[in-house]
This record gives sequence, structure tokens and C-alpha cells, in this order.
Amino acid sequence: MSADLAIQVTDLSKRFGKFVAVDRVSFEVRRGEVFGFLGPNGSGKSTTIRMLCGILLPSSGVGRVAGYDVAREPEQVRQNIGYMSQKFSLYEELTVQENLDFFAGIYGLPASQAATRREEVLSMGGLSGERDALTRDLPGGLRQRLAIACAVIHRPPVLFLDEPTAGVDPISRREFWELIRTMAAAGTAILVTTHYMDEAEQCRTLAFIYQGRIIASGPPARLKANLQGCLLEVQVAPGALMPALQALQTYPEAGDVAMFGAALHVTLASRQSVPALRAFLQAKGIAGAQTDTIVPSLEDVFVSLVTREAEA
Amino acid sequence: MSSRILPIMKKEFIEVWRDPRSLGFILVMPVMMLFLYGYGISSDVKRVPLVVYDRDGRPPARELVNRFTSTDYFVVTARAESLRDLRSAIDRGQAKVGLVIPEDFSRNLGAGRPAPIQFVVDGSDSNTASIAIGNIASIGKSLETTPQDLRPHALIVPRMDLLLPIELRTWVWYNPELKSANFLIPGLTAVILMMLAALLTSLTVAREWERGTMESLIASPLHPYELMVGKILPYVVIGLVCVVFILLAAVFWFRVPLRGSLVLLTASSTIFLLGALGIGLFISAATKNQQVAFQLPILVTMLPALLLSGFFYPIENMPPILQAITAIIPARYFLVIIRGIFLKGVGLAILWKELLFLGAFALLMLIASSAKFQKRLG
Repeated sequence: MSADLAIQVTDLSKRFGKFVAVDRVSFEVRRGEVFGFLGPNGSGKSTTIRMLCGILLPSSGVGRVAGYDVAREPEQVRQNIGYMSQKFSLYEELTVQENLDFFAGIYGLPASQAATRREEVLSMGGLSGERDALTRDLPGGLRQRLAIACAVIHRPPVLFLDEPTAGVDPISRREFWELIRTMAAAGTAILVTTHYMDEAEQCRTLAFIYQGRIIASGPPARLKANLQGCLLEVQVAPGALMPALQALQTYPEAGDVAMFGAALHVTLASRQSVPALRAFLQAKGIAGAQTDTIVPSLEDVFVSLVTREAEA
Repeated sequence: MSSRILPIMKKEFIEVWRDPRSLGFILVMPVMMLFLYGYGISSDVKRVPLVVYDRDGRPPARELVNRFTSTDYFVVTARAESLRDLRSAIDRGQAKVGLVIPEDFSRNLGAGRPAPIQFVVDGSDSNTASIAIGNIASIGKSLETTPQDLRPHALIVPRMDLLLPIELRTWVWYNPELKSANFLIPGLTAVILMMLAALLTSLTVAREWERGTMESLIASPLHPYELMVGKILPYVVIGLVCVVFILLAAVFWFRVPLRGSLVLLTASSTIFLLGALGIGLFISAATKNQQVAFQLPILVTMLPALLLSGFFYPIENMPPILQAITAIIPARYFLVIIRGIFLKGVGLAILWKELLFLGAFALLMLIASSAKFQKRLG
């Protein structure tokens, strides 16, 4: 394992009885890299993170975090990671500062270091003014920043964030990602799960996980480039949206058809098929359809991949 | 001590202190239970309602009734004109005890013959009945030896009493008035502490699961024993505060004499608390469900502590299999200790075996819950 590699996962699986929650997942995360896990609820994101934190025993496969085997050396793994679980698990009756001191304490930071680190993460999270506020009274955005501050107080080289921005307002989300980038720039390897596409764009590497399996991975730009054929946005009169959708689903040339707001996104094998599609719609009685070829978003990629998986 | 235990202890104290509900629970519930049970299950049977069927009606008969009612153990609630009257008074619950004085009572007394009288006792409440019978017998005995006002009419023999050729003199040690509070309150202390302590730790761990903070703790380098010790110690202190409240109420309100060493009492309470807290920890380590964490400790601590500790029923009277079970119930040993210290004033020389058991039990519980508490979710 190279010194640069913070997380190395090979064929990691987790079964609960007959249900396969995580199915032979493999990936690598380097120091300073933000690695995004993208997938619908129940696709195995949290289960993978829990195995890598050493709190869930893998059924098979190998996971190495900061050089330690998650199944055999969980205590060493725990020394080297920060973990922010789905619910921002903080002590509600404690103040901001008391929460930080508590986590500094259980990570065994010496008192002198603990105070310095506490001030560092307080200012990093923009929480210096709130140090005596009860956690219970904090708004969602601040709570979330306190949760990450608690998770990194011991300067872990690897950080796991499980849906860190769920239920947080857009401005707080943007500030939070600012924070994540800063930590990555300082060399922390970060594995983050999300189902916000705009957040996924910010990751250096993305892995799409669906039904426990990674169905595609790579930098966001490459994932988009890999989307086969061309992507077409079809706009029709408001009342004709559903008929158009149903019609296109029966059109053999069309790859994926999905609704995007008030328009439809359709993938075609090539740009040459566009006039044929317009003629098809015309024949189906849907008049005045406007088509534009567009640059695919991550969502298009995701929809395309999932559709293909579901059909396979 | 590991430096990681301290932050946990501190956190527990803050959480309890800032949560008015748990604070109220800890401070009010024990004393409330003490009063509730202290009065509710008192076995002092006083002012038992008495129905009198006096077929004699002469002054010696009235004096006899007086003797029974002047003690405060009996109070006349009805007068019967026939045996049927007497029966119906008892049936209706107007009286629990009936006294029948025969027509020839005064005459027999005057002639120096034995003068039998009859008591009818409602046995449907066997506890009250047996105590009432005891009281009748002892009042009857006093008539036998000091029948001053009844002289020169000589001897009265209550029917249940036999004339014995030897004179029986009972001397009750430690609790001469046989006041039930003296017996009950120390026992109650054991029951209340047991239940409260098990509940406290059980709930504090369940809360960590429920709020998701346990996941953060598991993902940290914290060792299970550090978590267990860190969670137990604050509640030992809190439990001791409860002990102080209970002791104050016992000594100053219920007037239970404290004859032994206060230091020994505190020390043994601490050891007992450790074990009871350990039960709570073990339960919460084995289950992550808050409902279970609330109900199971009550079930496994309160019932055995109430029924199998010797608090209500003497262990010697139980069937052998139950007697065997009581051997592993910590409240049984603490009961011996606390009654010994309170009423008999005995010390370590006599109580060391019980203390040793409690200490071993506490240690076992701590080890078991550390072992049971897995730092894995599944």
C-alpha cells in the first residue's frame, strides 16, 4: 500500500442474512482527496462507511484505512479516523465547548493540546461566538459544523462523513463544502456520502453505488463524458409532457428517457437520429416539440446508469 | 485511572444536572417511594374494629371490654344482640373481630372458676387476623397476671389460651415495640436503591443508542471498560445522595434507630450500589432498546428485591428452590447488612460475608457488561 493511499477497499461485502447490503465493492482514496459516494437511500453507502470505521464487521473482502485492516485492527483504525454519522450525534445538554472537550477527552488528547485544538476547530467551524450555547438550541447548520468539528478535533488523517448535509439549508451546505475542501487541501482523505448532485460535482472522484454495487466511478467530468451518445432535451407544451414521455419510452432509438422539471431528457445513439425522433413525436400527435442537445449533468449520468442496471 | 474515564464522568454529571426530569426523578422518587411503601405496607395492626356481644352485661364484663379497647389495638364499632348480629357485623366488614361474653361470666369470676370468653376473628385477611390474635393473647395474658380491677373475681381465661404450668416471658431484642417501621424502612432502602440504580445506568446507555451518540463512541478509541466505569461512577455519587435522603427520612421521620456505624453503612451502600448499577449496565449492553432498558431493570431488580430478599417474607419459610434462588439476589445480603447496622448495631466482624458477596457481585457485573458491550453494530 503506497504511503499516499488512505483508504483501500477490495471486494468488500456485507450480508445481513440473505440480503446483500454491500456487494464486492472496491475503490481507493488518496490523501487530500474528496471521494464521493453517490446513491439512493438503502444502496449501501452507510453500511460501507460503518465497515470502514470498524463498527461493522465485513462479511468478506478487505478494507484498509490509514494502513490498518478494518476487520483485524479496528482499534488502530479508530485512532486514525474521524466519523460523522447520519444523525449529527452530539450531546444536546452540553454546550458547544463541552461537546468539543468531551470528544477531545475520549480521543485521549492531552489537556494542553486539547485547548489549542478546540480553539482551532471552533474558529474553523465559525463557532467561536457560540461556545457557551447549548447544543440543543443550535440551528441545523451550526449543529452540523459542530459535529464535524468534534469529528476532527484529534486531527484524523481519514474522515468519514455520512450524509453530512442532510436537512441543512443551501447556504450552510455551501459553507460546509468550503470546510471540506480546506481540510482536504491540508491532506485529509475524505469519504463523503450524499444524494445531492451539486455536492457530488465537488468531489475529486465519485462512485455511483446502486443496490450495494459500484456501477461507475471516476472524476465527475469523465463520468459525464462517458455517457454514451448524445443527450437531448425535449420541450413540449405543458399538457403534452406525459404523453410525450410515454411515447418516447416506446421509441426504439431512444436510450434513457427521464423527466427533468418541465422537460424530458432523452439519450440517443448519435446526433443524426434527432430528426427521426422529431418525426416520431409528430406522428404520435405531439406537435411543436423543441429539441436541444445539451451537456449532461451528473444526474443524467446517474439516471442513465441506474436505468441500464435495472434493465440488465 | 485512564484519562478517558474522566471526560465521560464529567459529561454524565452535566447531562443529569441540566435535565430537570432526571434530576427530579433521582431526588424525589426514592423519598416518595419510601413514604408510599413505608405507610402503605406497615404491618402495625392498630384500632382493629371489634363487635361485642355481651350476654352478661354486668360491670366485670364491661371492664373486660374496656381492657381490650384501652390499648388502642381494638376499637368497638358495633354492639350485637345475638350471634347472628355478630356474624353479620363481620360479614359486612363492620368489624374484624367479635367478642362473645357468656351470661355466666361474672358469676364464674365471682366463684373463682375459670371464666371463658370467645373471640371470633375474620380470617379472610390472614395478616391482620394473626396479628389481632397475637394482641388478644397478650392482652389476655395481662389479665391473667394483673387482674386488679377484676379482683376479687379471680381468673379470666381467653379460650385460645391454655393454662400453662410454666410461666412464659418473652423478651424482644432490637425492636422491643415490634414497630414495623423499624423493620420495613431499612429493607425498603435496599429495594428502592436496587431499582433506582439499575434504572439509572440502563437508561443512560439506552439514551446514547437512541440519540446516535453511541455510534460516535464506538467509532472512537474508547475501551468498553472505560465507558462502563465512566458511566457507573457518577451514578454511585448520585446514588449516595439518594442514600443520604433516605437515611434522613428513616432516622428523623420514621424514627428508626440507627445503632451501628454510619461509615460502615455508607461503605456497604456504595458497594451495593455498584452492583445494582452494574445490573443496569449489563441490561443496556445486552439490549439497545429504550423500552426494554426501562422495563427489564424493574422486573429483574424490584420483584426479586421485594419478594425474594426476605423483605416481605422470611427466606426460611420459602420452598427450597426459592431459597436457593435467593442466594444470588444481592438485595438479600444488603438487607442483612442494613438491618444489622440499623437495628442491631453490629459491625464488620459479623457482616463481612455479606459485604464480600456484594463486592464480588459488583465486580462480576462490571466485567460482564464490559464483555457484553461489543464495539460492533452487527
